[in-house]
Amino acid sequence: MKKVAVVGVGQTKFRTRRNDKTHPELTFEAINKALEHADIEMKDIEAIAYGTMDPFDGIYCPERWDVIAGGIGKSYMKISTGGTTGLTTALAAYEHVASGLFDIAMAVCTQRVGECVDAQPVLNTAVCPIYERHSGAGAISVAAIQATVHMHKYGTTEEDMAWVSVKDHKNALKNPNAHIKLDIGIEEVLNSPMICSPLKLLECCPRSDGACAVIFASEDVARKIRDNPAWVLGEATISDNYFAGDRPDLSHWDTLSIAGRRLFRAAGIDDPMKDIDVAELYSPFTIQEILDLEALGFAKKGEGKDYAREGITYPDGKMPTNPSGGVLCTNPIGATGLVRLAEASLQVMGEASNQIDDVETALAHAWGGTLQFHTLMIVSSKKRI
Amino acid sequence: MVLKFEAKWEIPFVHSAGEHGTKFFEALKEKRIMGVKCPKCGRVLVPPRAFCERCFVDTADWVEVKDEGIVTTVTVTYIKFTGLPDPPYATGIVRLDGADTGMLCLLGGIDLTDWKKVHETFKPGTKVKAVWKDEPEGKITDILYFEPLEK
Repeated sequence: MKKVAVVGVGQTKFRTRRNDKTHPELTFEAINKALEHADIEMKDIEAIAYGTMDPFDGIYCPERWDVIAGGIGKSYMKISTGGTTGLTTALAAYEHVASGLFDIAMAVCTQRVGECVDAQPVLNTAVCPIYERHSGAGAISVAAIQATVHMHKYGTTEEDMAWVSVKDHKNALKNPNAHIKLDIGIEEVLNSPMICSPLKLLECCPRSDGACAVIFASEDVARKIRDNPAWVLGEATISDNYFAGDRPDLSHWDTLSIAGRRLFRAAGIDDPMKDIDVAELYSPFTIQEILDLEALGFAKKGEGKDYAREGITYPDGKMPTNPSGGVLCTNPIGATGLVRLAEASLQVMGEASNQIDDVETALAHAWGGTLQFHTLMIVSSKKRI
Repeated sequence: MVLKFEAKWEIPFVHSAGEHGTKFFEALKEKRIMGVKCPKCGRVLVPPRAFCERCFVDTADWVEVKDEGIVTTVTVTYIKFTGLPDPPYATGIVRLDGADTGMLCLLGGIDLTDWKKVHETFKPGTKVKAVWKDEPEGKITDILYFEPLEK
């Protein structure tokens, strides 16, 4: 395995609708921003890994349209695994380089959830058509049933979860690309309309349009491109059963814990709380940041609920989490996981819009499917811990 | 000002239950719920499946489970989503007596206006039973919803 670094990232502005551009034009925008950030040209990119979740855009295989924005004549591969799509696309591009097959590869993801007038019926088609779909389940209800169990088991309150929303919204105010920008306090969150109990409107992500691109380079090339690359220390991805009812305990994200342990062992991380300086975790719903923190060992089981309220996950806290405003404020579903890595890499480079002090190592995470897939990647300013 | 064009996907599908799963739906016509037992790990799986994904072996051993069990979680949806049930509706997971896995299903038989009351009534661990359609036709919707065993 070759050493690989992130050498350039590009994000479009994420909005409810990006009516100003078509699908490939958004892709073109993100790719150009990443190329500009790395100060290289499209001809330097040898391979593309592309990610999207088809039905949200209403176009079957939108990669066929987006390929014109940068893939013609190049190695081209598509990834499509729900919410993990973006970060697993990053894994594909990373592995293209780590394997030694290519020196420079790009991950690019585009999604227009905003063009889908209602995303929940699309998400409902993700559950089994003959056994589960009648239940009316969508992404929000699936997160809500996690919240119900966590509240029952650990006494997690509506306020505990609302603090996660307050924190993420404050962070998003500093991120020019973030979609939802609201300066809100706990009362606004608690008084927002109930969507799927116990989750309220301001505890649920928006539907966002936008694209993201991340460029990976092998060690020799990376050093020539920039003096502050974000070195990839490790990656992990894991899958679980299909049926949501198969999970023995919805208050724990067991597969994420397993993936986390595999990753930390491979990356030489003994204590994630000490060794990781900032985390971009996939939490489109408040409860999921709590579950992510507990599964990854940043919090003990049942204690993640206290973190936002106590300021631990704020930018000046002990474990800054989602300083970009996170998925709660910006969710172009198939691109969202890649945005986590883009933001984690910018933190390591010292170039993030809501920069945390003295970041050496950052973690990116995404989940997808019916609570089914997890993907993780660690980047660092040092080649190893 | 840019121009926008409306589009719509209206594409019918017909999904097969497979030879294995068909046994489950045939049993529903008699208001019976069938699961399969994994010969290796011994778990009784409902919904049934032709192989155990943990042990990677065929599951040919059918067992009947009860049409009552415990609810493990619940949520009530209060807003209308295109094509999904009219709100409010309660979605939950029920682990039937005799089964080791849960089923994503509708919960009902009570007033759903106040979510806190619903969460109290269907608190994890609460016993529930299936409410069947009068004349089942071999579809999962033959089970209208699960309601509390003790009202």
